[in-house]
Amino acid sequence: MADKVVRVLVGKPGLDGHDRAAKVMARALRDAGFEVIYTGIRQTPAQVAQTAVQEDVDVIVLNNLTGAHLEVFPLVVEELKKRGRDDIYVLATGVIPFEDVEPLKEKGIDEVFGPGTGPIHVINWIKEHVLGEKQGE
Amino acid sequence: MEDRKKIAEVKEDWLSTDYAKFVAKVPERKQPFMLDSGIEIDPLYTPADLDEDWSYLERLGFPGRYPFTRGVYPTMYRGRFWTMRQYAGFGTAEESNQRFKYLLEQGQTGLSVAFDLPTQLGYDSDHDLAIGEVGKVGVAIDSVEDMHVLFDGIPLDKVSTSMTINAPAAILLAMYIVVAEEKGIDRKVLRGTIQNDILKEYVARGTYIFPPRPSMRLIADTIMFCAEEVPKWNPISISGYHIRESGSTAVQEIAFTLGDAIEYVKTVIEKGMDVDKFAARLSFFFASHNNFFEEIAKFRAARRVWAKIMKEKFGAQNPKSMMLRFHTQTAGSTLTAQQPLNNIVRVAIQALAAVIGGTQSLHTNSYDEALSLPTEESVTVALRTQQIIAYESGVADVIDGIGGSYYVEKLTDEIEKRVWEYLDKIEKMGGMVPAIEEGYIQQEITDAAYQYYKAVAEGEKVVVGVNKFVDPNEDLTKFHLHRADPTVREKQIRKLKELRAKRDNQKVRKLLDELKKAAEDENTNLMPYIIEAVRARATLGEITDVLREVFGEYRPPVIF
Repeated sequence: MADKVVRVLVGKPGLDGHDRAAKVMARALRDAGFEVIYTGIRQTPAQVAQTAVQEDVDVIVLNNLTGAHLEVFPLVVEELKKRGRDDIYVLATGVIPFEDVEPLKEKGIDEVFGPGTGPIHVINWIKEHVLGEKQGE
Repeated sequence: MEDRKKIAEVKEDWLSTDYAKFVAKVPERKQPFMLDSGIEIDPLYTPADLDEDWSYLERLGFPGRYPFTRGVYPTMYRGRFWTMRQYAGFGTAEESNQRFKYLLEQGQTGLSVAFDLPTQLGYDSDHDLAIGEVGKVGVAIDSVEDMHVLFDGIPLDKVSTSMTINAPAAILLAMYIVVAEEKGIDRKVLRGTIQNDILKEYVARGTYIFPPRPSMRLIADTIMFCAEEVPKWNPISISGYHIRESGSTAVQEIAFTLGDAIEYVKTVIEKGMDVDKFAARLSFFFASHNNFFEEIAKFRAARRVWAKIMKEKFGAQNPKSMMLRFHTQTAGSTLTAQQPLNNIVRVAIQALAAVIGGTQSLHTNSYDEALSLPTEESVTVALRTQQIIAYESGVADVIDGIGGSYYVEKLTDEIEKRVWEYLDKIEKMGGMVPAIEEGYIQQEITDAAYQYYKAVAEGEKVVVGVNKFVDPNEDLTKFHLHRADPTVREKQIRKLKELRAKRDNQKVRKLLDELKKAAEDENTNLMPYIIEAVRARATLGEITDVLREVFGEYRPPVIF
């Protein structure tokens, strides 16, 4: 696994146009050694899933800051299933309250990174779960 | 004043003796001290640090006089405080109307409307793309009927109303005019602002619909219409706020905003309107960030640069055309989810900088906004912060109380110099539209955002409660999202159905067809057509769809 280059799609599903965090995330992931694709803003869940499949990514990092995450993020998982690619990890980032973490996980989101977290937490998660590297604190 | 040369000599001496000895014993905290704008900060400023040709009368002058460095009005806050204007809106028009009334009762002096994203993107609430977004980040407005509810019981001839709306700004302005007229209020007395600044949407905020060229035409139409018909209205608020929030530096914020402004002025002049006929109603919107002196200097520099642009580049004669009047919002991106009460202090410092910097109106953020929409309690604290600055701090009793500070004057000059460098570069690229189309502006902002992120991640920049003075027992799982009523979309859909059932659909169709024809002719002002469609109860989505059909939709380059 050591030589594997992890491919990550940073996705902005929904109408949210605030993409500073998504862009910083994309760049931080690239600096961490991953291959990164960014969808740009205002993508439908189907567009995000389609890009993920086309680009054959290992992980999708979703970001939304409007509070539409409960409605929009699970739709991405569904669209991946339709394409037979629910093996792709889906991570949720943005202004997500703790009470939404379980509902998101139940709907197929692998991990949730809410307020107070940053790219470093996402990077560590990917290293641990995709590359199998143990992460110290 | 003593001789400049003498001061410089003594400063040299001081630096090489007292100062150097002290540093040798106790090294300074940083080497060098820098502003995010890339300006290095000396340990101390004196009259000798100002440019050799520095002239009080040329660079500062007097308040209300060119170049307006010290303020746009002769008395500033000694006459009247800035307008305290908290941005609000969520859920249905009924709920937002309640919040507006609450804020007015608390002593707020102007309204500021937040719209939900479907409204900002010209979709009715029943559109598929509106799923999950109706009433979330602002109020849902589908037709003039919703607008009536939103302003129910609010005297539109007395309050001023700011609306954060861009791509469909012409339509929301039309709705506001129709609501007023149906209440018997003349459009000539209406006061307020539509943001209507599309260029920053392409680089920072994201709610564009049409490509740049037809968007610029719509903006020119609203500016020219207001100049004739709604003379007290600000038809545009040229905004650096979102550019800054996207991660730009203070210098970039001013440079790109004024670059956008130049583009708007050029467009209207090319359409044949005299600069002095509309320029006095152009308004601006900036962020107030953490660095106290840098922000104050930024506001002062912005005023001076704009005055020069209007006078020298566009040949304005009326001093009002040269006055940069602006709204300020404290910087949302500086709010932390951790230890949220600390945000009250951040907001107070930023607000103080905005007031000392001479703002015309101010929104102070609420301490819980890193987590959710603010509660009534937190928004009251934010408003009280402004009232404390106004009534207790004394800073409002004198004009430009910090003017003459050697540091602030030097910074004002430095920021101005760097703004001009950017503006020259943008002009060489053919203006802001090509600079945006080539992705230059987006790349500059994104690079600055990443630098800021890295500085915090590596601990070079301290954020209290985040990367230093962390509370190990803090439990971030406690926070709850302010949830918009999940039934807002259903309610809006029901209202839309009722509307479509009871209005004269033939008339609506006819007016939309006329709008389409008008849109196809670049030289026709669209405002009267939009107003008639709105009056006949055409919806926001229907009107925008007509324009989409004629103008097409913008597809941006992806840059990170």
